[in-house]
Amino acid sequence: MIQACFRLFGLLWVGESLVRFLNLPIPGSIVGMVLLTGRLRLGIVRVEEVTPAADPLLDNLAFLFVPPGVGLMLHFDVLRNEWPAVTAAFVLSSLAVLAAVGLLHQALEKRGSTP
Amino acid sequence: MTAWLENPVFGVTATLAAYYAASALYRRWKTPLLNPVLLSIAVLILFLKAVGIDYETYHRGGQVISFFLGPAVVALGVPLYRQWEAVKAQGWSIAASMTAGCLVGIISAAATALLLGASLPSAASLAPKSVTTPMAMGVSEALGGIPSLTAALVIAAGVFGAVAGPAFLRLLGVRSPTAFGLALGAAAHGIGTARALEEGPLPGASSGLALSLNGLATALTAPFLFRFLVFLTQRWGG
Repeated sequence: MIQACFRLFGLLWVGESLVRFLNLPIPGSIVGMVLLTGRLRLGIVRVEEVTPAADPLLDNLAFLFVPPGVGLMLHFDVLRNEWPAVTAAFVLSSLAVLAAVGLLHQALEKRGSTP
Repeated sequence: MTAWLENPVFGVTATLAAYYAASALYRRWKTPLLNPVLLSIAVLILFLKAVGIDYETYHRGGQVISFFLGPAVVALGVPLYRQWEAVKAQGWSIAASMTAGCLVGIISAAATALLLGASLPSAASLAPKSVTTPMAMGVSEALGGIPSLTAALVIAAGVFGAVAGPAFLRLLGVRSPTAFGLALGAAAHGIGTARALEEGPLPGASSGLALSLNGLATALTAPFLFRFLVFLTQRWGG
């Protein structure tokens, strides 16, 4: 558990530092995720060395989004005036992204698998 | 406020209680509308408003929980590693569908908002709504949006995608597990990925990959695209 936490936090810290130093437009956690995948691929880290911390975090990933979601209550006054436009925009746009990615990827995948 | 609210343990306990109750209801009835994230957010907001507790007081505990989003995103490297061969085999179609998803996401969100008369800062706050919170907040700031409003809209889009996404994808006939995961990750970032992990390891890994690729693509293209869209709608608008 301690070793697994150390691996995750260590890579998060490296990721955050790289982002700060190189002024990257992405969060340190994403850099950490790429670094972890790379280190697992290269065999520098074995997967059993991270799963004791990674599994419980991923099993409860949705829970971690609750506090930022409660932050919605700070914006009720902006949303009071504009909620129809804002709601329509995020609902339609989310459906458009789901359809575009899901259908396009499935079509390309089928084309690739039939030679 | 009173002493029992002032330490961070209050926010942590309230969040755990709401989520515990919400997941029990979700397990009991299994309808997507009882999505535990959606339900706990609604219950917590209603509770805080009813009792008269401000967000800052709640957030002392709340930030202790969301702090773990950092290592959790790093941990997404595990499913990605496990599914690497399957993902690598589809490299080009993933690149194509992610490019499409990024462009569709920014254009449809900003254009709909602008055409329906939302203010420029609101439209700018909406443009990056499909990508993970820290990235979306950075993009929003660069576009002249309100970063904290973006954070809230990101969660709203994520919850909506996780609740409606799986049924919508099945309705469209999307059966491929990779396409399913990519779509959820591209539209609903981490919350979609949490939902995709429930479907299986391949959708979960694809979703985690989509979350990072869409974030990267959006950070790179949104500033240019958004300015262009504002220019177009202003021309049409007169």
